[in-house]
Amino acid sequence: MATEAQHSTTRRDFLFVATGAVAGVGAAATVWPLINQMNPDASTLAVASIEFSLNGIEPGQSVTILWRGLPVFVRNRTPEEVAEAQNVALADLKDPQTDAERTKEGHENWLVMIANCTHLGCIPTGESGEFDGWACPCHGSQFDTAGRIRKGPAPTNLVVPPYEFVSDSLIQIG
Amino acid sequence: MSEHSTYTPGSGIEKWLDERLPIIRFSKEHLMDFPTPKNLNYFWTFGAILVMCLGIQIVTGIILAMHYTPNIGLAFDSVEHIRRNVNGGRMIQAFHAVGASMFFVAVYIHIFRGMYFGSYKAPREILWILGVLIFVLMMATAFMGYVLPWGQMSGWAATVITNIFEAIPVLGTPLLELLRGGFSVGNPTLNRFFSLHYLLPFVIAAVVALHIWALHVPGNNNPTGVDVKDSRDTLPFHPYYTMKDAFGMVVFLIPFVWFAFFAPDILGHPDNYIQFNSQITPAHIVPEWYFLPFYAILRAIDFNLLFINSKLLGVIFFGGSIVILFLLPWLDTSKVRSGNFRPMFKWFYWLFVVNFIGLTYLGAQPADGIYVLLSKICTAYYFIHFIVILPVLSRIEKPRPLPTSISESVLAKSHA
Repeated sequence: MATEAQHSTTRRDFLFVATGAVAGVGAAATVWPLINQMNPDASTLAVASIEFSLNGIEPGQSVTILWRGLPVFVRNRTPEEVAEAQNVALADLKDPQTDAERTKEGHENWLVMIANCTHLGCIPTGESGEFDGWACPCHGSQFDTAGRIRKGPAPTNLVVPPYEFVSDSLIQIG
Repeated sequence: MSEHSTYTPGSGIEKWLDERLPIIRFSKEHLMDFPTPKNLNYFWTFGAILVMCLGIQIVTGIILAMHYTPNIGLAFDSVEHIRRNVNGGRMIQAFHAVGASMFFVAVYIHIFRGMYFGSYKAPREILWILGVLIFVLMMATAFMGYVLPWGQMSGWAATVITNIFEAIPVLGTPLLELLRGGFSVGNPTLNRFFSLHYLLPFVIAAVVALHIWALHVPGNNNPTGVDVKDSRDTLPFHPYYTMKDAFGMVVFLIPFVWFAFFAPDILGHPDNYIQFNSQITPAHIVPEWYFLPFYAILRAIDFNLLFINSKLLGVIFFGGSIVILFLLPWLDTSKVRSGNFRPMFKWFYWLFVVNFIGLTYLGAQPADGIYVLLSKICTAYYFIHFIVILPVLSRIEKPRPLPTSISESVLAKSHA
């Protein structure tokens, strides 16, 4: 008689599964805030957008600014550097992107990108390496004058953050 | 192996305690009477040395936490404050920092001893797995501890190592922000690393307890790799091995205190004396020496494979180099445990050691030129050793005859 009872689904089985399911959902709901507290807090998110004036940055000069705690390169490229970047064949690139896709129309001389190498986050040094762009001392990645990966372990080009030209000499990042 | 307890409570209070919490009985069985092979060499002393190291790190760490401030504006100065103003702080900080290095010296010797004498083989697989788990926890703890002084190497170590998680497809970026508590390594990162750095040693202590438990069920392996057959093969742990271990600890403490007293910073990197600057990377990022072999493996991968990009692939190899250790008991299927009786294994074992030292060297070199190529070769060999050489050796090698018992091998040695 015990065997027969084991094979049929009883009200007790239903209650057992239902209680277990509710307890599982409850446990997950309890654990989530304990994990979510680790996500960026309100004070970190508050500095997500900044404006930056381009006045006084001469051709061939770079500045590094902080956005969301991340360093951002703003470079006023020389005409030679722009030409060099535009003349690269897409087939030569590990992460193909035209120079136009990385700059804003009418402002081709300005290159704005997050400075952290896309490999493991070091800051490459400017005007160095075999491609006249940036070279990362940590793990040997080299970038061209458009910040595109040309050699080394970095998987993608240096990241261009979302930004707009508010006027000819003012950009808003984020 | 666990023999019937010989403990008989003497006094009334001992009898009372024994019926409620038989802790004296337990100590007598496991710390005193525990039958231990009589032929253990000094490589076996490193187990006890490691317990001592963990103890030193916990005690000095608790004291340092009384004076340290986990805030990006204050952390760097608080370490200097400990070293210059706190009574005895210079010594305690040195013992903690040097202690981390010495802990890794001991753990590497302990691991390589296990690999040579086949301590990972049946019936000790769980013991080995728990050991590798302790090693992983040690690496996590040491890494987070290294970040706390908030120097240039510290901050960049945090940046580079947390960036590893970004390589995970889809989940990478949200996970990275979750781990850092921001878009970049900052105050929330330092604060949580401090919390976890304080927590993990106690987790390690708990796993060490399991590790010793898993050791005391089958009992110790020994240099012959032959099982204990009867009581003539063993000695009680106390006083024979308590004294031997105590002597080993004292010898180990000589270089330890030399470093702590005379050259407390020699094992670190001078760049860590510059406060962290998230906008300038040091010209040459290197981790602490004990992570160099794995760091070399991470860096060696600078090529894409099919749809896997170089970053993810590097991380896969980096993780794989440790995960593969968990599988060691099933990769080496030779019936003979000890390398002493395996003529071919012996050669490949030392080749593996040399290759590992080579990786250590390469991890400290700049990532260009010939070093990249050499790193790739050494990385390949590291994996070939586990995946190809060990399984093949187990099949083709003809081991030398084993002694019939531990006791016989000891007597043969003393007659020779």
